[in-house]
Amino acid sequence: MNLPIYFDYQATTPVDQRVLDAMLPYFTSAYGNAASRSHAFGWKAEEAVDRSREQIASILNASSKEVVFTSGSTEAINLAMKGVGEMYGSKGKHIITCLAEHKAVLDTAKHMEKEGFEVTYLVPDDNGAVTAQQVADAIREDTILVTIMWANNEVGTVNPIREIGAACRERGVLFFTDGTQAVGKLPVDVEADNIDLLCFSGHKVYGPKGVGALYVRRRKPRVRLVAQMDGGGHERGMRSGTLNVPGIVGIGAACAVAEQDLEKDMAHSIAMRERFEEKIFSALDHVAINGDEHSRLPGCSNLSFAYVEGESLIMGFKDLAVSSGSACTSASLEPSHVLQSMGVGDELAHSSIRFGFGRLTTPEEIDFAAEQVITAVRKLRELSPLYEMVQEGIDLSTIAWTGH
Amino acid sequence: MAYSDKVLDHYDNPRNVGSLDKHSSEVGTGIVGAPECGDVMKLQIQVEGDTIVDAKFKTFGCGSAIASSSLATEWIKGKKVDEAMAISNTEIVEELSLPPVKIHCSVLAEDAIKAAVADFKQKQDAEEGA
Repeated sequence: MNLPIYFDYQATTPVDQRVLDAMLPYFTSAYGNAASRSHAFGWKAEEAVDRSREQIASILNASSKEVVFTSGSTEAINLAMKGVGEMYGSKGKHIITCLAEHKAVLDTAKHMEKEGFEVTYLVPDDNGAVTAQQVADAIREDTILVTIMWANNEVGTVNPIREIGAACRERGVLFFTDGTQAVGKLPVDVEADNIDLLCFSGHKVYGPKGVGALYVRRRKPRVRLVAQMDGGGHERGMRSGTLNVPGIVGIGAACAVAEQDLEKDMAHSIAMRERFEEKIFSALDHVAINGDEHSRLPGCSNLSFAYVEGESLIMGFKDLAVSSGSACTSASLEPSHVLQSMGVGDELAHSSIRFGFGRLTTPEEIDFAAEQVITAVRKLRELSPLYEMVQEGIDLSTIAWTGH
Repeated sequence: MAYSDKVLDHYDNPRNVGSLDKHSSEVGTGIVGAPECGDVMKLQIQVEGDTIVDAKFKTFGCGSAIASSSLATEWIKGKKVDEAMAISNTEIVEELSLPPVKIHCSVLAEDAIKAAVADFKQKQDAEEGA
């Protein structure tokens, strides 16, 4: 077992060896520009890009003509939301999203508000999910777009995408979903799931960083976008810029592997998560799962350890690479906006840690991690004035704290 | 974020962890901060005459908060009450090499000392008045 151990699979994933092997020739020997039509170097690159498009279309149950390559999910989100806004803005100026979305969606929505759009931010339930009914109730005459993420990156809660898509389709409103955490981790089918636009990133599915894809539906309905990057008219005019051929080969290969191994990967991540949570819950009290315990990303376990602060906890297991919803680990000093939107009190948000498990996680690593976490929590509770008060039977909510 | 060696040392081996009898007239207790802000410090002093003979703390907070309060107890033990009151947060910042984003931890530790002393003095005044 090598230390430190990586438990941050929602942040990024290692490149799978099979993916790297597929990419390497496109750096040094098949380095042509996929837009070069006049020679074999260009043809070979274009061929590789087309193959990747097929691989991505396959994992989404889409057509290869519906795949637009981008630099990642953030760019794809900007293109989808602003591109739809500009194209259909004359029809209506209202869009719907959710407070638990990634900042890439929320900040794009904020930008659109400045451009004259009106945005409804749905409040998720205490698991972080929104319902199709909530979406349906928020749709108005002038609504042109609904943006709801497939699975939440912090707590792993999976939204009822198929039902939300159906509610949008029924009312003739375009539905865009940020599938960054879902593609390659959960079954995705843009037809059955009623999706008009969907994005994801290579690096979350054991592919490289710096490449992503946007699915744009071509039939029933045909979705049109105003490009956000002007230039040579690549990607059927939707995204200009020389194609990142090695990256594109990588995201395609990663999808092919993920599609083939989906069931195996899911079963493995769930087994790792269950093993971990079982150990934690049998040893410690006052631990809560953030997110929907049952409808959750297979490899995501976001836990709040009451009465200990997240950053100090992370210091206690220096060999585990995890992330925290605590303010202290962020530059902003604000606790996680996702946990806040779910109504998790700031106190528990400060005590939250996200453990992410994936393809390379082993049972030995899980056992080691659980041991470290349990030891650190016990040590810090010995240090915690809050834990002491609770042991003495004091209700913390009755104390007049001196906030700062 | 990289922590200074001194912060790590206080985190790994916190000094003077524990509690004193908060009902004793010789003991002053200061509790500062709030759970929703992510830090709560409890700092207690035991005073004989005008000398702090013992100090204990418990802290809910980040590593820098734990280190600041641990250091504070170390510094005030053996000091006169007035000397303890003169400790400023900037001295804690310097000793622990706290980055700007962690300065509030040192402020909290200074506040905790002052709150403990205030509690002790209030008890003394109440006794004298009685």
